[in-house]
Amino acid sequence: MKIILNNRQEEFNYNTISISKLLEIKKFTFKMLVIKINGNLIKKEARETTYIQDGDNVIVLHLISGG
Amino acid sequence: MIITDFDIIDKSNLTRQYYFYNQIGQKKVFALKDNIYLINPKINVFAFDIMLKPLDIINIFKHCDVIVEAFDKAEMKQMIIETALTKMPDKPLVTGLGIAGWGDNNSIKTRKIDNLYICGDEKTEVSENFPPLAPRVGIVANMQANTVLEILLNN
Repeated sequence: MKIILNNRQEEFNYNTISISKLLEIKKFTFKMLVIKINGNLIKKEARETTYIQDGDNVIVLHLISGG
Repeated sequence: MIITDFDIIDKSNLTRQYYFYNQIGQKKVFALKDNIYLINPKINVFAFDIMLKPLDIINIFKHCDVIVEAFDKAEMKQMIIETALTKMPDKPLVTGLGIAGWGDNNSIKTRKIDNLYICGDEKTEVSENFPPLAPRVGIVANMQANTVLEILLNN
């Protein structure tokens, strides 16, 4: 499947993957993340059970301290 | 203008936040209100001494045109972003992300995801080796302010 991840096109050898799996593949191990799929916010509790499909637009925002 | 904070002024804040030596120990919101009035006494400033939780964000900022996030902790940034995205998706939120250290001007940028505006380098986290210093904090704060003007004047 092909998805848009953080505004860039990426291809994966799966038909569908969970958010958790995507984070693992991309090595997004950061503790504080905000994740949106096609504009909808995905809460941390839903990462295992939410699946990404071909054509989805996925945003993974890394939240870092400082202000 | 509505400002909220729960913190008190520490000596270490003076390098980059708009307070003065004789205000150390005062509540930040009330000291900031005083300082804004010194610049322009005609501005309407409403100051709330509160540690924001999701419900407060909705209640306090529901009539504002734009929300500006200036938290220090990542957990709080996540909380306000998630609250705005789910409970007030039409409200523009301007957030600062990645302000630590010095130099590297060109790493600091702005991007927009729906109604979320992100200013900063999105990578430098505050730590012992990467302190928050006035120049980069100021650059990001001014980019946030500039973004607010853009949102308001384009409406």
